[in-house]
Amino acid sequence: MKISIKKKRNYNLIIGLCLTGFFALMALVGQFWTPYSVTSMDPLSVNVAPCLAHPFGTDNFGRDILSRVMNGSGMTFFVAICTVLMGAVIGTVVGALTGYFGGWIDEIIMRINDILLSFPSVLLALLFISFLGPGTVNVILALGILFIPSFARIVRSEMIRCKELDFVKSAKVMGVGPFRIMFVHILPNTLVSMLTAAAIGFNNAVLAEASMSYLGLGVQPPLPSLGRMLSEAQSYLFNTPWYAIAPGVTIILIILGFSMISEGLRAVER
Amino acid sequence: MKKNTILCSLLVLLVSAALCACGGDKNTETSSTAANTSSEDTPTTGGSVVFGMTQDLVSLDPHQITDAGTRSVVFNIYEGLVKPTSTGDLEPAVASDYTISDDAKTYTFTLRDGVTFHDGSAVTAEDVKYSIERYAEIQGESSAFSLLDQVEIVDEKTVAVHLTEGNSEFLANLTLAVIPKANEDPAGNPVGTGPFKYVSYTPGQNLTLAKNENYWKEGAPYLDEVQFKFIADTDTAFTQLQAGTIDIMNYLTTAQVQTLSQSGSQFEIVEGNMNLVHAMFLNNEYEPLSDVRVRQALCYAVDRDAINSFLFDGKSHIIGSHMIPSLQTWYEPEAETVYTYDVNKAKELLAEAGYGDGFDLEITVPSSYSQHVDTAQIIVEQLAAVGINATIQKVEWSTWLEDVYTNRNYQATVIGFDGTLAPSDWLQKYGTGVSNNIANYSNEEYDSILEQALAAIDTDEKAALYKELQMNLAENAASVYIEDPADFVAMDSRLGGYTFYPTAAWDMSVIYVKEGAGQ
Amino acid sequence: MKYILKKIVTLIITLLFISLITFTAFSVIPGDAATARLGTDATPEQVAQLREEMGLDDPLPERYVNWLGGAIRGDFGDSYQYDTSTVASLMADRLPVTLILAVMSLVLILVISVPLGIVSARYAGKWLDTLINQVSQVTMAIPAFFLGILITYIFGLILSWFQPGAFVDPSVSFWGCVASLIFPAIAVALPKIAMVVKFLRNSILSEMPKDYVRTAYSRGNGKSRVLYVHILRNALIPVITFVAIIIAEIMAGSIIVEQVFGIPGMGQLLITSISARDYPVVQAIVTYITAIVVIVNFLVDILYRLVDPRVKA
Repeated sequence: MKISIKKKRNYNLIIGLCLTGFFALMALVGQFWTPYSVTSMDPLSVNVAPCLAHPFGTDNFGRDILSRVMNGSGMTFFVAICTVLMGAVIGTVVGALTGYFGGWIDEIIMRINDILLSFPSVLLALLFISFLGPGTVNVILALGILFIPSFARIVRSEMIRCKELDFVKSAKVMGVGPFRIMFVHILPNTLVSMLTAAAIGFNNAVLAEASMSYLGLGVQPPLPSLGRMLSEAQSYLFNTPWYAIAPGVTIILIILGFSMISEGLRAVER
Repeated sequence: MKKNTILCSLLVLLVSAALCACGGDKNTETSSTAANTSSEDTPTTGGSVVFGMTQDLVSLDPHQITDAGTRSVVFNIYEGLVKPTSTGDLEPAVASDYTISDDAKTYTFTLRDGVTFHDGSAVTAEDVKYSIERYAEIQGESSAFSLLDQVEIVDEKTVAVHLTEGNSEFLANLTLAVIPKANEDPAGNPVGTGPFKYVSYTPGQNLTLAKNENYWKEGAPYLDEVQFKFIADTDTAFTQLQAGTIDIMNYLTTAQVQTLSQSGSQFEIVEGNMNLVHAMFLNNEYEPLSDVRVRQALCYAVDRDAINSFLFDGKSHIIGSHMIPSLQTWYEPEAETVYTYDVNKAKELLAEAGYGDGFDLEITVPSSYSQHVDTAQIIVEQLAAVGINATIQKVEWSTWLEDVYTNRNYQATVIGFDGTLAPSDWLQKYGTGVSNNIANYSNEEYDSILEQALAAIDTDEKAALYKELQMNLAENAASVYIEDPADFVAMDSRLGGYTFYPTAAWDMSVIYVKEGAGQ
Repeated sequence: MKYILKKIVTLIITLLFISLITFTAFSVIPGDAATARLGTDATPEQVAQLREEMGLDDPLPERYVNWLGGAIRGDFGDSYQYDTSTVASLMADRLPVTLILAVMSLVLILVISVPLGIVSARYAGKWLDTLINQVSQVTMAIPAFFLGILITYIFGLILSWFQPGAFVDPSVSFWGCVASLIFPAIAVALPKIAMVVKFLRNSILSEMPKDYVRTAYSRGNGKSRVLYVHILRNALIPVITFVAIIIAEIMAGSIIVEQVFGIPGMGQLLITSISARDYPVVQAIVTYITAIVVIVNFLVDILYRLVDPRVKA
């Protein structure tokens, strides 16, 4: 029984990496080259069904959907990477400091952490963005803030656990400074759980970005974004279903890729 | 209104037949391209209709209402001394007759016999005086009511409105709702004289109205009940239309029209105009846009026909100045052709102005209006062709109102403005220093012609001056005027009678259930 | 007792914190309720008049203290965007809808995911487990709004199993309301079902190799008995915490799903109130949601103690 689980563990990671790699590559290419211009409109080829010239069809402005999906998923990845990076960096620093030093600052920050964690993330992002105004940078800021607690929590508990361990104590005796202990001695231990958290973070970031764009709060037109393409496609679903299918399936596959990676990583962790 | 009486007599004959007609043969007709009214069928009385709209009501107090959507709805509950007709004229309503003095300073109204409020009480001269004065006070000094001198009750049936200066356009302002003086809560307990009376209002959900059995106009309305349903999201509303949850929905996009006709559903599409000046308004005080050549270049660079065909299937009316074509008396068609799509001309003008390499332009658009966002998307593409690097900044409606409209802290914005039947209402907002001069337009010649136009009493003279104003705006490229957008209304094909008005009004009193269409 | 007291203090601090943040944010963002309501056709006098009526010209601390004073007495004031409505009456209309939707989703989640999770764990590594696993992995990847769109079009428009937008108010007919919310509840529940299945499966599997399980087997208990009686009790404990998080997510998920299906619930009210700058309504909704989330967490904590006596302070 154990063997069979082990096998699947690999599959998850491999398929996840392949999926993510494929879409990341596509998105990367989409920033420099797309079959058609991403924004230029063509009144002669409005709402063209998928064909050889336009494998995913065209939208109501005659823009090639494949090109827009390629370019738009770049924005999705960009937002995801930035938010996770922001959450991870700030979360690590906050978690390390509070975990290592403890005290009342720890108490306060962890309370705020708890509040942020228990509050529905989409709702918070919605509130943040309505205060900051819509736009890519603001979406990144709002989601980034939301991702801080999960990373902070991981790092903090690791700090607390390792603080009392022998290798840290001996490092202290040898006169190693607290920051060196935190970031050189203890932090590497958290690598796998941080990676797992990052994969989940990517997963959530893609979902949240899509939802925000769907509500019209994300990337500004005419630049494409998967979520907004979907919300635009909603009114055309009857006649031009391909408009919704390409961005919808892309979102699903990107999220699937990340969730399989996190699944695979969790198995490695075990 | 002759048609009405004929219909009425027909109606009496047909009522019994209609009562016997049981459902069955669904009308398979998918679309009709009637110019102003949907195809004529035999109307029946009775029935109910759900009208889907994407905004909620601002207030039910008719004197507090400032937005076109709410005004269009309460058009069914309230009436003024006069009311707008579908042809853009004013017809007597609560008044049966009126006279305007030669100097246009005194408007005298005779109240119509037998007009009662929904609560059963008769409309008195006292109520009329109260309504006008209340409205004037709420509107304040910066409105047309700064001209109001006093409202005089001549006798029980006669009211005279005195102005401090002659103004031949003032009649359009007297469409203001007449409400009973005795009603202490006009917002919570709306009472008017219109064809429908208030039943209930649930914020964010719906407004229900019932037939006013004692309406003064014989035979109107046809329907027993009308419900206005508020659905914030256009796509969701459209889904509900397709599912039959709502019967009438306006402001459809061409894609939605296509969907309805292709899926062979039982809807009739009625086409009219939104009666908006849809334009990219330019902040004339913002650095590159302060140069008239740059503004003209923008006018040459924007292909209005392309916008029209992308978004409205080519059915919109292209405009060239701040006036809608429906106001025929005042409209200047010449303005439409001042600019034609010409990339080279635009580039030349830009080079002349010293912006041969283009410049950055931020177009601020309220995010809740997909029509404006889409227009902005097309404009960004078109401006790229002349080297202008335009970007879109979507903002929430309330942010737009404060930043763009009130503080004029913007570069360019795509929006549509509506107005009343009075031409001054449209053109006054370009006067130097006027509080709603969104374009920050300032032109001495314009100001002096405007003054003359407002003072003029003779209609021909007035029209000539207003037309001059429109040409002034066009030639100086105050903004990039695009179109009066086409309004596609989808209506369940069992219904008939939809009528467009050149002002904010969704008249439910003319809607009827077709004979034999069943319920 | 001390524990409960501590939790109540936390609840109060959390509520104050959130309401203060919402309040400050609202005074910073551009646009106010008066201009938002009156639009472009209002004269400056009208705007000034309405601002005064709404008390928007009062100094900020005064406005906050006023609001807080009212809120403590249970009076959330008048709505800015709706002329004649109080916040309380709006909430009374909308809260039941969202709660019914949330409870229905939660019931769906539990009823479907617990058996599936057990089956999946029991046949771990077999084809059934793999199938459940793959399906739930894909389900989790579908954004709620896309799911909502798909359900509306497939079941609402093509198959006509339900009428999109035909919402029955709970005050008219409770069961009618429940019926009209079935498909939206499915849209909310589906991704969460997948999560709970996965979580429960892993939780059961991680209990399998433990000593007490081996002891139970050695006492001659059958496989089913061990699974249902011994393992499940322990495996469900972490699931309870997980469900608490899910409840918070349901509240958030319903915001988007209400938008897609056009359900007049709190989520929809929140979105319209934010854009109308209807601060009293936003504040009340945010306070409610925070309270619900914190209270649920609190109840779960207590439940945790009851189920697992090992947990202390």
